[in-house]
Amino acid sequence: MTSNLTHLTIAEARDGLTAGDFSAVELTTAHNTAVEQARDLNAFIVETPELALDGAKASDTRRAAGDARGAMDGIPIAMKDLFCTEGVQTTAGSHMLEGFVPEYESFVSRKLKEAGAVTVGKTNMDEYAMGSATLSSYYGNTINPWKATSGDNAGKDLVPGGSSGGSSSAIAARLALGATGTDTGGSIRQPASFTGIVGMKPTYGRCSRWGIVAFASSLDQAGPMTRTVRDGAIMLGSMAGHDPMDSTSTPMDVPDFESGLGKGVKGLRVGIPKEYTADGMPEEITTLWQQGADWLKDAGAEIVEVSLPHSKYALPTYYIVAPAEASSNLARYDGVRYGLRVEGDSLDDMYMNTRAEGFGEEVQRRVLIGTYVLSAGYYDAYYVKAQKVRSRIAGDFTAAFEDVDVLLAPTAPSPAFAIGQTFDDPVAMYLNDVFTVPASLAGLPAISVPAGMSNDGLPLGLQLISRAFDEVTLFQVADALEQAAGFELPIFGGEG
Amino acid sequence: MALDRETVQRIAYLARIRVSDDRLDQMAGDLDGILDWVEQLSEVDTDGVEPMTSVADVLAPMRADNITDGGCRDKVLANATEPVEGFFTVPKVVE
Repeated sequence: MTSNLTHLTIAEARDGLTAGDFSAVELTTAHNTAVEQARDLNAFIVETPELALDGAKASDTRRAAGDARGAMDGIPIAMKDLFCTEGVQTTAGSHMLEGFVPEYESFVSRKLKEAGAVTVGKTNMDEYAMGSATLSSYYGNTINPWKATSGDNAGKDLVPGGSSGGSSSAIAARLALGATGTDTGGSIRQPASFTGIVGMKPTYGRCSRWGIVAFASSLDQAGPMTRTVRDGAIMLGSMAGHDPMDSTSTPMDVPDFESGLGKGVKGLRVGIPKEYTADGMPEEITTLWQQGADWLKDAGAEIVEVSLPHSKYALPTYYIVAPAEASSNLARYDGVRYGLRVEGDSLDDMYMNTRAEGFGEEVQRRVLIGTYVLSAGYYDAYYVKAQKVRSRIAGDFTAAFEDVDVLLAPTAPSPAFAIGQTFDDPVAMYLNDVFTVPASLAGLPAISVPAGMSNDGLPLGLQLISRAFDEVTLFQVADALEQAAGFELPIFGGEG
Repeated sequence: MALDRETVQRIAYLARIRVSDDRLDQMAGDLDGILDWVEQLSEVDTDGVEPMTSVADVLAPMRADNITDGGCRDKVLANATEPVEGFFTVPKVVE
C-alpha cells in the first residue's frame, strides 16, 4: 500500500484504484481516520464514516466485476452542508435547520454518488452561505490548518475563508480528496485562496441548483474544491449537467474538462483588469499578480491590459441583489413545514419568534436589508437600479472578452486573517469578496489557483475568469499557472 | 438618509423577524451603514440600460407538462414540527 493514501490527488487515486495498488475501502478508511484525527479543525458538522465505507465496499465490488464507473468511483469527498443529502442531516450552518434530514438528494450530490464518489461528511460553512470566514456557523468556527510564521497573527488560529470554509479546511488538511463548495459572491474561490487549494466556480447554469439550500438564486453555483487543477476538472465532470428540476441549468453537453490540460497558453490572450485594486491591499498581492502575468507571458501568452470600468460598483450591487433574493428565499422558514419552531401567541408571533431564534445576526441583517430594498417605494431606487448596474458590469466583461481569452486577477485582497480579528462594521467584512463578486454577477466561470506565499508564510491565490461556458480554456490556463507557480501544499498535523 | 427605529421595526415585521427593542439601535446603525455604502450606485449612468434579469444568455428549455411527482405525503411531512394526522399545524388563526 502506498505510504499515505491521504496525500494522493484524485488523478493519482484514480490510477491507483485502476491499477489495483489499493482498494476503495483502504482509501476511504485512511480518510475516515484523518477526519477523526483532525476534529480540532471543526471542518465537519456531521461525519459519515459508515456511509463512506459502505460506498467504498460497493465501489470495490463494482471494480472487481469490471464495472467501475469512471474517475470518481471510490474517491472520498467532503460535501458542503448546503447540499441536501437523503437521510443525512443538512443544516446550511443554521440553527433553523438543526435536525433537518432531507427526504431527497440534491442533483450535484446525486451525480457524484452515481459516479461512485463516497462522502466522508458534511462540511461546516457560514450560515446560509452568508459570510467570508466561516465565523457565522451555528456549529462553531472552522480553523484553517495554516499558521502564520511571522507578523501580528503568528501562531494564531486563522479563518479558512468562507462560506465554504469547512470544505477548504478539509481539503488543505487532506481529510478528503475533493470537496463540493458553492459560490454566490466568492464562497469557493476566496476560501481556496486562504487555504492554498484550487477552488472553481463554473458558469452559472453549468450545475443544477436543485437540492442546494437557496441563498441568492441568480448567483448560487456549485463547484469543486481540490488540491490540483486537474482534480477540479475531473470532479466538475461528475457535478455538471442539465437537470429538468432546475430550469436555469443549461441544456448543453458537458465537455471533457481535462481536454485542455497540458496544452499550454501559447497564442492565448490574457487580460489584466486595471481596476482590480483595493484600498490598503498589501504590496505582496500586487507583486504576486504581476508575477502571475509574467509566468503566463513566459509560457507564451500575450498579456493585455483591459478595462472593466464598473468594477468598483460590483460589491454594492451584490449587496442589494443578494440580500433581496435571500429575503425572498428565506421566507420559506416559517416554523411549519420543516426546521425550528418557537411557539407564540398567534401565527405571526410564532413566525417572528422562530425567525428571531433560528437565524443568526448576519442572516437577519441581510434578510432585513433585502426586505427593505424590495419594499414599496424603494424597489426601483435600489433593486431595479442594482440590476441595471449589474447589466453594465456584465457588459464590461462582454467587451473585454472580445479582446482576450481569460482575465487574471488576485482572488482576495488579503491572506487568511485571525479568528479573533474584529471588523469595524459589516461592510469591512464584505470587502473580502471585492475581486470575486464581479464574475459572480456576470455568471462567468472563475478559478482560484494557489500561486504564492505572503510575507508571513500564508498562501495566496490568483484568479482566472473566462467566457461563459468556456471552462475548458479556464482549466487550460489554470493548469499553466499552476505549473509555473509550483506551489506545494505542506503536510499538516505531522502525520505522514 | 437615516434609518430610524420605527423603520427598522416596520421592516422587521415585514420580514417576520422579532427584533427586540434593545437591538433596534444597533440594527438601525448596521443597516444604515450598508445603505449609505450602496448609495454610490447612483453615480452610475444607467439611462437606457435594461435591468439584468437572466444570467446565462440561454433560453430556458421547454418540457412536457406531465405529472412526475406526488403521492408522497409522509415524506413531505417528515420534517414538519408538529404534524397531526397527515396535516401541518399552525397556531389557531380563527377565533
